[in-house]
Amino acid sequence: MQNESTPEIPLAADGRPLEQSLQRALRAQKIRAFLLVVPLLVFVLITFLAPIADMLYRAVDNRIVSETLPRTVEALSDWEESENEPPEEDVFIALYYDLFFAAENKIHTRLGSRLNYQETGMSSLFRRTGRRVDRFDTDELTDAFIDFDPRWEDPTHWITLSEHPEFANQLPETAGVWDDWTQLLIAEEDELSEEEPEDLIYFALYRDLNNIGQPVALMDNWSETVSAAQSFEPVSLREQFADADEDWLLPSVWGTIKRFSPTITDGYLLNAVDMQKTADGIEAQPESRQIYGLLFGRTLFMSLVITISSILLAYPISYFLTSLPMRKANLLLILVLLPFWTSLLVRTSAWKVLLQQQGVINDLLVWVGLVDDANRLVMMNNQTGTIIAMTHILLPFMILPMYSVMRTIPPSYVRAAKSLGATNWTAFWRVYFPQSVPGIGAGSILVFIMAIGYYITPAIVGGTEGIFISNRIAYHISSSLNWGLASALGGILLLAVVILYWLYDKFVGIDNLKLG
Amino acid sequence: MSEAQDDQFVVFDSVQKSYDGRNLVVKNLNLDIAKGEFLTMLGPSGSGKTTCLMMLAGFETATHGEIKLGGQAINNIPPYKRGIGMVFQNYALFPHMTVGENLAFPLEVRKIGKADREQKVKRALSMVQMDDFMHRRPAQLSGGQQQRIALARALVFEPELVLMDEPLGALDKQLREHMQYEIKHLHEQLGITVVYVTHDQSEALTMSDRVAVFDDGIIQQLATPEELYERPTNSFVAQFIGENNRLMGTVSTIDGDQAVVKLDNGAETSALAVNCGAAGERTLLSIRPERVQLAHEAKQNVTQAKVLELIYLGDHIRCRMDVHGDTNFIAKIPNAPESHRVAVGETIDVGWPADDCRALDVRSA
Repeated sequence: MQNESTPEIPLAADGRPLEQSLQRALRAQKIRAFLLVVPLLVFVLITFLAPIADMLYRAVDNRIVSETLPRTVEALSDWEESENEPPEEDVFIALYYDLFFAAENKIHTRLGSRLNYQETGMSSLFRRTGRRVDRFDTDELTDAFIDFDPRWEDPTHWITLSEHPEFANQLPETAGVWDDWTQLLIAEEDELSEEEPEDLIYFALYRDLNNIGQPVALMDNWSETVSAAQSFEPVSLREQFADADEDWLLPSVWGTIKRFSPTITDGYLLNAVDMQKTADGIEAQPESRQIYGLLFGRTLFMSLVITISSILLAYPISYFLTSLPMRKANLLLILVLLPFWTSLLVRTSAWKVLLQQQGVINDLLVWVGLVDDANRLVMMNNQTGTIIAMTHILLPFMILPMYSVMRTIPPSYVRAAKSLGATNWTAFWRVYFPQSVPGIGAGSILVFIMAIGYYITPAIVGGTEGIFISNRIAYHISSSLNWGLASALGGILLLAVVILYWLYDKFVGIDNLKLG
Repeated sequence: MSEAQDDQFVVFDSVQKSYDGRNLVVKNLNLDIAKGEFLTMLGPSGSGKTTCLMMLAGFETATHGEIKLGGQAINNIPPYKRGIGMVFQNYALFPHMTVGENLAFPLEVRKIGKADREQKVKRALSMVQMDDFMHRRPAQLSGGQQQRIALARALVFEPELVLMDEPLGALDKQLREHMQYEIKHLHEQLGITVVYVTHDQSEALTMSDRVAVFDDGIIQQLATPEELYERPTNSFVAQFIGENNRLMGTVSTIDGDQAVVKLDNGAETSALAVNCGAAGERTLLSIRPERVQLAHEAKQNVTQAKVLELIYLGDHIRCRMDVHGDTNFIAKIPNAPESHRVAVGETIDVGWPADDCRALDVRSA
């Protein structure tokens, strides 16, 4: 009776809604299933997804500039490169402070290399200036202060000053520099009271005392100190920097710093597609430096050639294996898998032995007389070498899915086609081949995606003409240390693979992919 | 001349087949199949029946001998030129084509025009009552429907000979029986020759004009279903077709087609000498359970039997008893008002007419 009044909600025996009871019953199952997956999930997250995410973030990460030169970046906000003039004195002062601490922390060269990716010469500029920055002529001001009152030489005098509650208000620049100075000493585990303050602290004090409005006495003898400081001979840092390196007067140097000062940059990605960010906006790289487009194109093209040649070689083999009895087929499959028992490096090196001009194949051809000794074939250090070696190495990945799909096609289909009047070719092409396409698809995707990211083989047998984009990525990771560009290139490669996968799904359908 | 050819539409002339060069799968097969005949090759698996069919279809080559179709030797003609329709055990409908495309396939490869093709496909579909399924994929059909489509596809190009390799094996019992009648009726309607392979004896008996019972690469008996059941010529056929009771014995005397056999427990019984050799040789007596006579009906070869078990089967009752020391001796008691009723443990008279007791060879196996 009750059930008839509410027919929409079916109830379980205990009176609860059936759906609720069902979910309760399934929850334990779901939790158990989840627990089984957790270890792998955590493992993959930590060892695979997180590093990849971190690597990909490096493609846009640009915190180094604003972290190394915080004052300079701020001071540069009013300066425009288009005016074609070097910036005002205050920017040079900011750079003086920043560069001093960067040099003390020995991170100025890192910034120099970072900016060198965008404009050549930046690295040496920073290195040279970093060496000079603690020997600028600002020591004249230090001497002037000490001449006026010898207590300024004593670190404790400074400490007393810094402990005054009005210190930061009255002397903002000095306070900022003093903070960084104390941080530096703490990091180096030096005693603040024993270290002579550096010239730039005197310089900051000089600046503050000259800009001071309503002086509040921070120490005894203060108003005299202020007026004395205002009479000191000024030091032009612009000249000091120009003295260290003429390039500091070039607006382009400052333009580069300003353009790459945000914490996120598209500079690496633009470089990865042969573009650059200049004063006039985004433009193509000069033709002589456009290599990545070519490399991406070559990588895609050669992967395609390798995939197609793998299909052509693997299809007959797989077909032959399918026609054999299971025992023999399994034996031959082991032979297909045999190469995996040896290192990839060994296999590639073996190809090197075979393909080189004084190698086995050329020797054989010369001996047979097919090739003249003077005109030995060049089969290595070019695209031919890469294609031959990679086709061989990736072939098993084409054969296995093809074979396992072909195995599932009963021979009766072809027999049926023949009994219906189809010739051998028609029976194959109209009946067998369409059913083997999922295997070709699976093998092609596998081989293509592996080929596109291949590294060792092109590096060994590819020479300069046969290298892939991955070799360039490896170069930036391990030689040029331009990790930002490396991850930008890697990110684009990943994107290309995802797009190809999407296209495959759209036109062929991922459901058609069968690995067996 | 043409009369002779009609009787010999398909001819196997001393055909042998070996796969490994050591064992013969088919041993010296001689078989004539008449035009319009429904011939079944019946036998257990491994008996060579499917090999024979595959040789006829052209997927296997005979190691020795000649196969002729319509008077022409076809040993060296490839399958696609033989024009033989074939229905496979798993139907072999092309999964990537619709039903319509499957049916059009044999017409297409024969370069038949589109209009003609469509008409023939439609006719074939209506022949198996599947008119509405033209645009479905085979995977969307049930087993029985796929079976019909496979049949239609084998018939659509109007072959004179259709081969069927256990086509009903995958269907459930009821559907199988239904399809048996349909195939039989199609055969009658179209007047085609059918060679049908099965291991199911009731299927063979239901459908065929003649049945060739295969075992060990040899045709054990080639006869009409009735002949095969009523008068098996050897013990294999007797055992393979229908049920029978077996009593072992030694031939005492032979007089024409009548033999007296001394059973292993010492008793003697008279039998029809079919295939039993001379006096003194071992023989196997075969008696159909429905020919066993009980109680007062027993007139000949009467002996005492103890009823061991009764199984009620609706239309009849199976009665297992101990006869001449054989505890698996079965008698079928029809479920009719006049039938004699027995009880377990009861000892009754049983007997059988000498003509229904066939003395056959003893197989070594």
